[in-house]
Amino acid sequence: MIKTPRVSRRHFLAGTAATAGLAGFPAILKAQPRTIKVGVLHPVTGPIAPSGQQCRLGAKLAIDTINANGGIASMGGAKLEPIYADAQSRPEVGAAEVEKLNEAGVSAIIGPFASGIALATTQAAAKHNIPHIVDVGVVDQVVSRGLTNTFRFGPGLSKIVDSAMENLVALNNQAGKPAKTVMIVHEESAFGAGMAKTLNEKLPALGFEVLETIPHANPTRDFNNIALKIKGRNPDLLIPSNYYNEFVLLARTLRQQKIRPKAIYSILGGAASQYRFVQEFPDAAEFIMDCNHWFDPRNPVALELKKKVEAEKAFFSYEVFLNYECVRLLADALERAKSSDRAAVNHALASSGWSNTFMPYGPTKFVNGQNEGAAPVNTQILQKDIKVIFPKDFANAKPVFPAPKA
Amino acid sequence: MLEFSILLPAILNGLTIGAIYALIALGLTLIYGVLHIINFAHGSLLMLALYGVFFLHSLFGIDPYLALPVAAAALFGIGYGLQRFIIGRASHGKDENILLVTLGLSVIIENLALYLWRSDTRTIETPYSFEVLDFGVAFIPVPKAVAFVGALLVAALLWLLMTRTDLGRAIRALAKERQGAKLVGINAEHIFAMSFGIGCACLGIAACLLLPSFYVSPQVGHAFVLVAFTVVVLGGMGSFVGALLGGLIIGVTESLGGLFLGESLGQLGIFLIFIIVLLFRPTGLLGQKA
Amino acid sequence: MRTPTLRTGWAILVFALVLLPLPLLIKSEFWLTWVTLALFYAYLGQAWNLLGGYGGQFSFGHALFFGTGAYCTAVLQIHFGINAWAGFVLAAVAAGIVGAATGWLVFRYGLRGSYFALVTLAFAEVFRILANTFAFTGAGVGLLVPLQPGAWQMQFESKAGFFWLLLILVVACLLFTWWLQNARFGARLMAVRENEDAARALGVDPFNTKLLAIIASGAIAGSAGAVYVQLFLYIDPGIAYGPSMSVEALLVPIIGGLGTVFGPVLGAFALHTIAEIGRLVFGEAPGLNLVLYGVLLVLMVLFLPNGLFGLGRFGFGLRRRLQRKGGANA
Repeated sequence: MIKTPRVSRRHFLAGTAATAGLAGFPAILKAQPRTIKVGVLHPVTGPIAPSGQQCRLGAKLAIDTINANGGIASMGGAKLEPIYADAQSRPEVGAAEVEKLNEAGVSAIIGPFASGIALATTQAAAKHNIPHIVDVGVVDQVVSRGLTNTFRFGPGLSKIVDSAMENLVALNNQAGKPAKTVMIVHEESAFGAGMAKTLNEKLPALGFEVLETIPHANPTRDFNNIALKIKGRNPDLLIPSNYYNEFVLLARTLRQQKIRPKAIYSILGGAASQYRFVQEFPDAAEFIMDCNHWFDPRNPVALELKKKVEAEKAFFSYEVFLNYECVRLLADALERAKSSDRAAVNHALASSGWSNTFMPYGPTKFVNGQNEGAAPVNTQILQKDIKVIFPKDFANAKPVFPAPKA
Repeated sequence: MLEFSILLPAILNGLTIGAIYALIALGLTLIYGVLHIINFAHGSLLMLALYGVFFLHSLFGIDPYLALPVAAAALFGIGYGLQRFIIGRASHGKDENILLVTLGLSVIIENLALYLWRSDTRTIETPYSFEVLDFGVAFIPVPKAVAFVGALLVAALLWLLMTRTDLGRAIRALAKERQGAKLVGINAEHIFAMSFGIGCACLGIAACLLLPSFYVSPQVGHAFVLVAFTVVVLGGMGSFVGALLGGLIIGVTESLGGLFLGESLGQLGIFLIFIIVLLFRPTGLLGQKA
Repeated sequence: MRTPTLRTGWAILVFALVLLPLPLLIKSEFWLTWVTLALFYAYLGQAWNLLGGYGGQFSFGHALFFGTGAYCTAVLQIHFGINAWAGFVLAAVAAGIVGAATGWLVFRYGLRGSYFALVTLAFAEVFRILANTFAFTGAGVGLLVPLQPGAWQMQFESKAGFFWLLLILVVACLLFTWWLQNARFGARLMAVRENEDAARALGVDPFNTKLLAIIASGAIAGSAGAVYVQLFLYIDPGIAYGPSMSVEALLVPIIGGLGTVFGPVLGAFALHTIAEIGRLVFGEAPGLNLVLYGVLLVLMVLFLPNGLFGLGRFGFGLRRRLQRKGGANA
């Protein structure tokens, strides 16, 4: 379990009192800061807590590593000081936490994992021009609102869905087009709803028929009815988009009710690219495909980090490595900005060309807040391991499609 | 599209979840029938029981079915104490006060749970969690089948308690004629507390039967409060058979609603039933005129 | 139950004058936000107080009106580009209509006491489910009002703007409640509260009286919802129609003093002071401040059924009795 230092109300009050006292004092004293405060905001409690906690782990590891290697060199070795905040899996709490982080004087915020929360936190951060690096939060709206303080390092929904569709078509053609009908099961917040909408727009044009789109709440603990619907409609493909717990339950319920579509092709499936799922429920997990965030499986830095994370008895999931890289992105920006002033950091991020990442991306280039160099990969769970099947540059296995009958 | 092969499993599914609702409602209707109070804390107490069963399993490895007597006894004790020392003292003659006190209790219990155990949803894994019984036309998960049988058994036990034991007679006497019962020497406070305790014990049992196929989080009680009230109101306040019937009806409604309208919208059926019954037939299917 | 009328009037004036300059005196953003939120909850509590305190009808689902107002203004702004101030007014109207509809239905069938409480809860849940389903309310995602800083869009750049807006609203409500206490409508409402059947025998129409009360209460709660949306620029089914707003709405006047003019204001400030102290003592623990609320509620019902204001009145009454004893016989 990660120790989560919390900012006590005492600190805030003390800080605010000090600020209140200094009100009107001209800010000419720009002393070199000895630490750079970074807000680390994730939903570490609530229904999506498991993901939030993984995110926090990734950020913490990166900050520790950077500090151990001497901090930000161009600022006299200034260390990064993380200020952890809990979005409690709710957007309004996330926004409130942003206000608190603002008062704590953070130079940037990293988080908050979930799209719904990200929409609220980036907007709140924009009021104070705090650079906000979105770690996951894939919904397109996150970066298309013209907020100049918002930067998303990983790919967004459109990019991911486009890749997924491309690869699906290739996969299908390769196997002789066995798949024609599709059912979509998605969680009902920004992420899942956004996914479903985009899929419904793109699939028909590619020759697939969407039989039905089924939303469900977070949390949902009974997928029997949904499983029954899937059984009744008997689609060739099932496309789930949800968070970890629900994905696992859906997969297990399908197995339990002996329902086997030709493939479960998830897009950002909550558990489909998760070692934990594969380890705990290998039967339900076998053959599930995913188009998701993944690291370059040949990069030594990534493999090194994987070992380190697993040594801490945690799973090396996308939440971990995406947050790790977001912190490194920030560190690079700080190096170039030579200042922890928010406007300077915003500028440095906007002009970033950071390419020292272990993600399978091109060099960083932010256009309207989206890193154009980012891209997802396709994975499949084969023989109790997660393999990359597309794109060829990073692949280490051949796809198995359609899944063999029970 | 919606053939028998899907309708029937959905109905069976609904019956099993309905049995749990009935079990929860049995306690509530007992409390209302005897004490004439609407126990707002019922959902939170269920949540507490669920956490109890969860921790018995995760910390001590005790299977929820084996934990039945422990859960029932613990909830009985808590219920007895609450009624005897807090709720019983709060009425000051006004109906609303009881409502407020039980509301206050539910806020306390829910948020203590939030503070102590975070809002993460917790589940348990038992060897039979994913076993199914093959009924030919449907697969019924084992935990749900057990819950169904369990609920019927408990209803039967309660009925026996009420009709065949001295305690049951005292409770019924007090419910029917409060003053008269006191006059013949029945200790009203004690019996009221016993009734509340038994009602809560039902929750303990319900928790044991529910957890293997469900989950627990601090907010879970809130959802159950409304369903429990709907069942009680539908079946008729104070009627056991009504609660059983009502529970099954609500369970099937929810399941079919979920099938036809989608999971979220399907819940609507429950509340619409609640409102309609309250407006047009407040005594419910089998209740007595107030 | 008669409060000296002029005294209340002066109290309202003093209250307004004391709070007016606060944003200029408080430099801390944190404390300004705190006071603004306390005013917000006071306003919401005042709405509930109309129906619950003066009318005796305890609604456990006031979020129904709050949420309707909130969604109304959010939807109008996002989908139709309507100005936030117009949205504010329309939110009150929409919530008032919902109040009229539910009130008509529920009072016509004679639901009272606990049944009334339960049915309001059910209605709030129904709306929550509906809001969670339809695309135009954003379904599970909720609605984000676009960032358009500026007073003309009710998105004040500094918290001070919101503070003054809420202060005006609260004072307006205080004046309205003051009027109510002395007007005939108020007398009718309170008669219905004390004994509905007796009131009917005296020629009061309980149905109409309660209906008017729920419309007014609903409209005010709806306008509170609109302000909330402007404060946070975000609404979803859980916030709008969930239990937390309903609980806050009823706790505030109960703690402060049911059926009194200043009760909700007292209650809001007391509750939030306690919440802050709770946070200072307990740290950032989620949930504990609500535990405190629950404990307070239980204690109130057990020992202080008239709320904090009851304490004051108790003291005031005591002084009067002592005076009478000392002076000439009454």
